[in-house]
Amino acid sequence: MDDVRPRVREFLARYIRGWEVADDEDIFAAGHVNSLFIMQLVLFVENELGREVRDEDLVLANFSSVDAIAALVAGRPEAVGG
Amino acid sequence: MTADPASPVRTLKCVVWDLDDTLWEGVLLEGGGARLRPGVTEVLRALDERGILHSVASRNDPDAALDALRRLGVADYFLHPQIGWGAKSTSVEAVAKALNIGLDAIAFVDDDAFEREEVGFRLPQVRCIDAAEAADLAGRPEFTPEVVTADARRRRLMYRAESQRQAVQERFDGPAEEFLATLDMRLVIAEAGPDDLRRAEELTVRTHQLNTTGRTYSMAELDAFRGSPDHRLYVMRLEDRFGPYGTIGLTLLEQDGADWTIRLLLMSCRVMSRGVGGVVITFLRRLARDAGARLLAEFVPNGRNRMMYVTYRFHGFSETARDGETRLLECDLSDVPPYPDHLRVDTPGGR
Repeated sequence: MDDVRPRVREFLARYIRGWEVADDEDIFAAGHVNSLFIMQLVLFVENELGREVRDEDLVLANFSSVDAIAALVAGRPEAVGG
Repeated sequence: MTADPASPVRTLKCVVWDLDDTLWEGVLLEGGGARLRPGVTEVLRALDERGILHSVASRNDPDAALDALRRLGVADYFLHPQIGWGAKSTSVEAVAKALNIGLDAIAFVDDDAFEREEVGFRLPQVRCIDAAEAADLAGRPEFTPEVVTADARRRRLMYRAESQRQAVQERFDGPAEEFLATLDMRLVIAEAGPDDLRRAEELTVRTHQLNTTGRTYSMAELDAFRGSPDHRLYVMRLEDRFGPYGTIGLTLLEQDGADWTIRLLLMSCRVMSRGVGGVVITFLRRLARDAGARLLAEFVPNGRNRMMYVTYRFHGFSETARDGETRLLECDLSDVPPYPDHLRVDTPGGR
């Protein structure tokens, strides 16, 4: 399967100032989640990476790093929530 | 504005003025324009204070006409003035588009019957008024809203701020988060007061996308929540370095003992990219945590409000039950984040 990581990095760079974090580092370490950004991230995963995001996938841990997003797209989500 | 069934007259939102022999005396390019016509200053001010906007559709030299408006001390009243040599109907349409209001909410004032005919023919929804009647506009019912809210009084400033903001945003080249940081935003979360009810009602009716449950409430119902010991009704106001956005959000919290439920959380689409929804949720989480209460929330999907569900989910809420369309969520209050750096937050009790 294609490595989606470069595309995820490119997407994040459009939104996040001084984007230089490692693939396993927490995007939301500052603790704040902007709803529009998170929605755009969900739509990016669905429309650009072709992975439907189900309600149970909507857990911060699945979107909190480049690696986590890659795992979700590969069908191995880090967390499943109610 | 919500149409009020009790009142047969629809309030207009904007007056588009001709200049020569309408706003001022004489023809500017023939040496006129030294004085406003009698009563015009009073009409400009009165309508402005009621939240009715002013603009211009004039055949004139743009620089000379804008200079004259400044000299006469009224330039600040006019948003998106259309001054040039095109058809007046084109100018009126341009104003409607720039202000994002319907043609049926616009009045056009001109001394020239030909111009009124031209606008009336091309744009039949526009109310055309002879300049001879201009001094009496403030007394007419279509320029007399039933209630003038604080937001209405600031409407001109809000429009001006928004157009400056958009111009800067279009030129900004960098990550979205960096742009937000340049805005110097201040969010006020406050218990709704009597003056907030009209706007609060309007928000429940008009907001669909950033709305968790889509419940609409009348002013009377909202006022009852204000007085209820089991409810908290909060409004959100936002401003930035360009000026106010006005009242942009509303949330209703029901407090049933130690079970607190967010019955409604909504935000105007104008602030969609500003990160306000998450901040309000953080405020409610702190409030509940400090009171030792559980924080629950309802969500009712309407096909357009998925962003609010996602927002809840990414702010510590997980789904616990479904009741028909309604989903019930409960929040984990063990790890409530601080407020973000990109805006200042002013909350009741400083929470």
